[in-house]
Amino acid sequence: MACLALAAIEAANKIPPLSMASILQTHDLHKSFGALVATDSVSLTVQTGEVHAIVGPNGAGKTTLLSLLSGSLKPDSGRIEFNGKDVTRTPAHKRVRLGLARSFQITSLILPMTVLENVMLAVQGTTGHSLKFWSPVSKEKDTQTQAMHFLQAVKLQDKSQHLADALSHGEQRQLEIAIALALKPKLLLLDEPMAGMSKEETRKMIDLLRDLKGDITILLVEHDMDAVFALADRTSVLVEGGLIATGTTEEIRSNTEVQQAYLGEA
Amino acid sequence: MRGEQASSWPSHLLARLKGNLPNQVYFALVIALLIAPWLINALDQSFYLDLLTRALIIAIAVASLNLIIGFGGMVSLGHAAFLGIGAYCVGIPTYYEQFNGFVHLGLAVLCSALFALLTGLICLRTKAVYFIMITLAFAQMLYFTLVSLDEYGADDGLVIYQRSEFPGIFDIENPTTLYYAVLLFLLGCLYLTHRMMHARFGRVLQGCKHNEQRMQALGFLTYKYKLIAYVIAGTMAGVAGFFLGNFTNFISPEMMDWTHSAELIFMLVIGGTGILFGPVVGAVLFLLLEEWLSGFSVYWHLILGLMLIALVVFGKGGVHGLLSLGSNRGSQQNTTT
Repeated sequence: MACLALAAIEAANKIPPLSMASILQTHDLHKSFGALVATDSVSLTVQTGEVHAIVGPNGAGKTTLLSLLSGSLKPDSGRIEFNGKDVTRTPAHKRVRLGLARSFQITSLILPMTVLENVMLAVQGTTGHSLKFWSPVSKEKDTQTQAMHFLQAVKLQDKSQHLADALSHGEQRQLEIAIALALKPKLLLLDEPMAGMSKEETRKMIDLLRDLKGDITILLVEHDMDAVFALADRTSVLVEGGLIATGTTEEIRSNTEVQQAYLGEA
Repeated sequence: MRGEQASSWPSHLLARLKGNLPNQVYFALVIALLIAPWLINALDQSFYLDLLTRALIIAIAVASLNLIIGFGGMVSLGHAAFLGIGAYCVGIPTYYEQFNGFVHLGLAVLCSALFALLTGLICLRTKAVYFIMITLAFAQMLYFTLVSLDEYGADDGLVIYQRSEFPGIFDIENPTTLYYAVLLFLLGCLYLTHRMMHARFGRVLQGCKHNEQRMQALGFLTYKYKLIAYVIAGTMAGVAGFFLGNFTNFISPEMMDWTHSAELIFMLVIGGTGILFGPVVGAVLFLLLEEWLSGFSVYWHLILGLMLIALVVFGKGGVHGLLSLGSNRGSQQNTTT
């Protein structure tokens, strides 16, 4: 308990208390691969309703941190609290059901399925069990309607019958978002949604995410600083596995340590 | 593709056949298999009824393998073990003069399902090449266990003097009855597979094949779905073994030798993995070729091997791939039919 309280005090000292409740908190999270420390005592708080960006140079451990949060990696030590519940040892698939969904940095769709079928798979996960062996999914009108609704949200409704494989890179990233939304998350972890996108595609994605803002809490790992400054309420800077600063966009911009570590190079 | 639903099944069938060469071939194949005994009896070629019966029994095993490889992406090199289990479930009771077919069939279902469950629990913790090796290891363990059982003939095997009895229902001592029983069960397995792959379970399973990490991120415990598929497939193959034991009137550990598991994969590849009727095409073609080529030259293995390589290299997706090339390209990518 003493250690817990200490962590709480530490977290409180680092981050100015906000009036909003937090949806995600990590306490002193550690993860190393052999000699490489990928995550170094990260204590992070994400407030309900905000867009929280995590930036940092290549190899800073951004994706590792995201994987720890989503549950695809287990931390060596530390605690993860989601929605007031300790989920440190909760397996990935159960965290999804608790409302913690992620998208992937490398587009990770079921390519031989259609766009609609990809989203329907996600909807299927949130509407009853999937141990149904006989009745065709194509007859589940409700599942279909819901899936179309999420496709509309990312403006892909016209491509619903295309194979995911046949979409452009930008469209595939949009589909990733639709799938993540279909999981009805309380907190959405987005791993570099703008990766590999053209200027035009990036602009569209920023608009799309801005539309989601407020409805849903987003933890955004992103390389594109313009996108971060356009979207984020608060930003945390990760360098060599550890958080060096957290604050509003303005605070981060003017933070000299951050400039040295990251912005200066860019 | 799936959008327009035909109101009645004949028009639904016609819609599926129209302009789709693979489906036309599969439809013709099913018709041919249904009337084959009649034709064979008329021509007095009972040898071919035997050959076809064997091919269809093997086709059941290949169809079950298709469920885990073609739809689930789990490449198993131990599938012949299930054939052996099913066959021993006929052989051992018969040895103790228990001839009741329901007992045999019930045992075959139970034992193969149990073996699939127990080995699957462990095998499915691994992936890719490790999965291949561990399924092979379990099959070999079973093989050597049976080799060591002197009571049941060790590696000489057991002769089954009398086929399973289904008193008052049908008599599978009659080759035509056995043929139709096998064909009926095969078609039943294919229909079940078809339904499953379009239902929620099948969508999740196919998702696991293409991108397991994604399925986990969608909140699915993929292990559970793969294990269920593995048990269903093992049970199907176990029933195929039940038929095989009855058909050959002889069982031996050799039935579950790993080379037979490899042959099952060959047949699946010939027909096209992940294609509903691929196993039937593959098994029938493989056994017919084996028969004809072995009469033609002692080096038939070589010829068969070269044909296989040509099929894999030039016709992507086996016979189904070749047929699709002949069909109009617009309507390809109907993954499950």
